[in-house]
Amino acid sequence: MAKIKYIEFNGTEHEADVANGLSVMEGAIQNDIPGIDADCGGGMSCATCHVYINDDEWFRKLPEKEMGEDDMLDQAFEPKSNSRLSCQLIVSDDLDGLTVHMPEKQV
Amino acid sequence: MIKTDVVIIGAGPAGLFCAHQLGIIGLKCEIVDNLDKIGGQCIELYPDKPIYDIPAVPKCTGEELTNNLIEQIKPFNFNFHLSDRVQELKNENNKWLVKTLNGKEFETHNIVIAGGVGSFEPRKFPTKSAEKYDGKSVLYSIKDKTIFKDKSVVIFGGGDSALDWAIELSNSSKVTLVHRRDEFRGAPASVQKIKELSDNKTIDLITKYSIKDVKGNGSLESVEIKSETGESKVIKADYVLGFFGLIMQLGPIVEWGLNLDKKTIPVNTENFETNKKGIFAIGDICTYPGKLKLILSGFHEGALAARGCFKYARPDEKYRFEFTTASSTIKDRLGVKE
Repeated sequence: MAKIKYIEFNGTEHEADVANGLSVMEGAIQNDIPGIDADCGGGMSCATCHVYINDDEWFRKLPEKEMGEDDMLDQAFEPKSNSRLSCQLIVSDDLDGLTVHMPEKQV
Repeated sequence: MIKTDVVIIGAGPAGLFCAHQLGIIGLKCEIVDNLDKIGGQCIELYPDKPIYDIPAVPKCTGEELTNNLIEQIKPFNFNFHLSDRVQELKNENNKWLVKTLNGKEFETHNIVIAGGVGSFEPRKFPTKSAEKYDGKSVLYSIKDKTIFKDKSVVIFGGGDSALDWAIELSNSSKVTLVHRRDEFRGAPASVQKIKELSDNKTIDLITKYSIKDVKGNGSLESVEIKSETGESKVIKADYVLGFFGLIMQLGPIVEWGLNLDKKTIPVNTENFETNKKGIFAIGDICTYPGKLKLILSGFHEGALAARGCFKYARPDEKYRFEFTTASSTIKDRLGVKE
């Protein structure tokens, strides 16, 4: 279980307890947190669960990107070097306290 | 005005197999898709990627699956209306009048929405200022490459479209290629070629930059780009091209009075009808308790929606369940002789 903080582009903050094994994307969807679309359902086949990890230390601590994630991120709205697809961030106790920021929009 | 039993919106696997099921039970259909080819996400997103979870097909690519589905519905000679989009629906005397963007009109008893996650559209630049030039000097696809001759062209993107056009246009235009990172997702040979063209100064290659603003006075003059660390550059540009892949938009579907749950359409699981009589939704676009976004679910949904369509298309007939192995009527429809 990890407490994940989701911050919308307009600054609205949401916090959710997300069970281990779910993705950060699923944590948002299941808790009706707006700002993450996840059109493809979590298959790294779209770029609509795009988030920014603004904290450098957290960004480095996250599991490395798999092949293909950066390719999808190229197609996201305003990708940056601290961008991740939240469907690829699998929750474990290690992610307790993670904060993700949503982009202005997903599509 | 084309009269038919069913209009299917979307020529992906769910729509194609639904057409097959309609043909089997003796109904006619017309299929509309806004892509210029048949196959939906299978052909647009993963034509070469193997799929491993089609029942009884251990492995096939998106393209193979599409070709097999096309082969399977061939006996029915259904019409495809590609590069077109259903725009308007109107109910009149228990029939649906359907209008497309290209001005086609259908009169139908049923509509099956098999629209995936919506229609594919190019992702556009996030900068507001680019909208003014959209379709004139800010472009997301190329129809006539001769307009770029001897012009300054700034291309954004790191995939095959961006690389291929940068290579192609470098023969006759001043090309700058801008990408947000050092790695490119295009084919290795194209990436190699781009590096050569950059090394011998045929093109300007700028990485770790993205668009900030486009500037002009009536006509486009330059594009400003920014790095994440705050530097910015201004590049002279007659044309700006963006190749960021495709996004999926629900489009006009949201205006048809259907219940929506986020970007999906709730249906009942008996016949996949929506809240509107005679409008069905199948495949990725429909939702119900337990919904799985798998191709095989789309097949099942299409088979049941086809039976739902029968009720409205043939109100005076009783639908009879038959097996393709045994029914001579079905074999006639398929044109098979034994």
